[in-house]
Amino acid sequence: MDSTLRLIVSNPVDRLARTIEALLVVAAAPLSVADLADAAEDDPERIETALGLLRERYAEGRSGIVLEHVAGGYAFRAARESADACARIFERPVERGLSQAALETLAIVAYVGPCSRPEIARIRGVAADSAVASLIERGLIVEAGREHGPGGAVRYRTTPLFERVFGLESLAALPRLDDLGEADDLRRRLLDVASAKAS
Amino acid sequence: MSTSPVRELELDLDAFEGPFDLLLTLLLEEALEPREIDVAGIVLAFLERLSEPDELDLESCGEFLVLISALLELKARALFPEEAAELDALEPEEAAEELARRLAEYRRMKEAAAWLLERLGTEGNRWFRLGPAPLAPPAERRLAAQDPAALASAVRGLAAPAPNVSLSHMALRFPPVSQFLERFRRLLSRRTRFDFDSEVEGLSRVEQAVAFLALLELRKAGEIALSQAAPFAPIRVSTVENERISAWTARSA
Repeated sequence: MDSTLRLIVSNPVDRLARTIEALLVVAAAPLSVADLADAAEDDPERIETALGLLRERYAEGRSGIVLEHVAGGYAFRAARESADACARIFERPVERGLSQAALETLAIVAYVGPCSRPEIARIRGVAADSAVASLIERGLIVEAGREHGPGGAVRYRTTPLFERVFGLESLAALPRLDDLGEADDLRRRLLDVASAKAS
Repeated sequence: MSTSPVRELELDLDAFEGPFDLLLTLLLEEALEPREIDVAGIVLAFLERLSEPDELDLESCGEFLVLISALLELKARALFPEEAAELDALEPEEAAEELARRLAEYRRMKEAAAWLLERLGTEGNRWFRLGPAPLAPPAERRLAAQDPAALASAVRGLAAPAPNVSLSHMALRFPPVSQFLERFRRLLSRRTRFDFDSEVEGLSRVEQAVAFLALLELRKAGEIALSQAAPFAPIRVSTVENERISAWTARSA
């Protein structure tokens, strides 16, 4: 019995997994493999192996804590089955009461960003000032430089918190724009109206 | 004079609340940005009014169309200032193609927004911790690897007494004040007054400073009187008796 225990304790990957657990408990945002390798002073490949072990241990349905790959890194969250209990005593200030205007602005920044307020207004057809201010306050978008030229407008991009709230591994996990909407049908209808007017 | 029913149309928009007439006045006075105005909201308000029986006639409908078209044009120009000229020059098919492209772009973004909203619904049961991260450790100052022999040599260099450096060449040689005291006294025994600036002309800056000190000493002792017509004007030096006579003459005159 004694020798078996010693074997588990001395397993280097298991020891590394415990270090990663500790780092993820302290972290306020997802930690990348590179972050974990730096903190644990270990090899990224061994970090990946240890993460595999932890993903198995903290899988949905196996523990109240779930390890997820989100926003370009790894983070702990509560298991979905405990969501109701969480909702009774915790609040979700980031996504609570997001208006349609804010969601459209967020979609534009996520797909087109970094982009400026005038660009957002050009696509939406109305000024986006209050929607942009609300998204900044929630921490879903941040400033990302300015447009080229003197007096260029401030540009915005989404934050890792945006990816975390929407459960995305990265922005690449967003659905392709071409798969959204029926643009061809709309184009055909407008062209029909234009030809009728021309004739 | 009766007011137009269109202009009395009550609006309740995000950026404005009140009659259509006031909105137009504010826009014309540039107190409101056209891009802030939800034109679709105005059209909806008009359509609601139109559905009320005996409220609006054809003339009012025509007036509304003219006003809303002008407002749309204002807003379009504000939103696409640099593209307005290009759009004017487009053929109907090209304009339709451009409009379709923009509408398709907006529609895709609306769909993307709908996808995000749906995603919020499905991911709403994922709870995680939000909060500030613990502080980062203070930056450690790392030193490059050092050769002990080089460090010892550097310390030995610091321990060696510094050589005495001669500063004799930097010493200022001041002529004695008494030299100028005697000179000025001699001068005033021959003349009743003299001009300080012309007397010290050609002397070094140090000698001029010492000469000025001598002048102050004489003044302090009450041997001379000093006068200067204006700041930076030549300093006139005279015997005290001579100054008294001049002042008396001036008062008598």
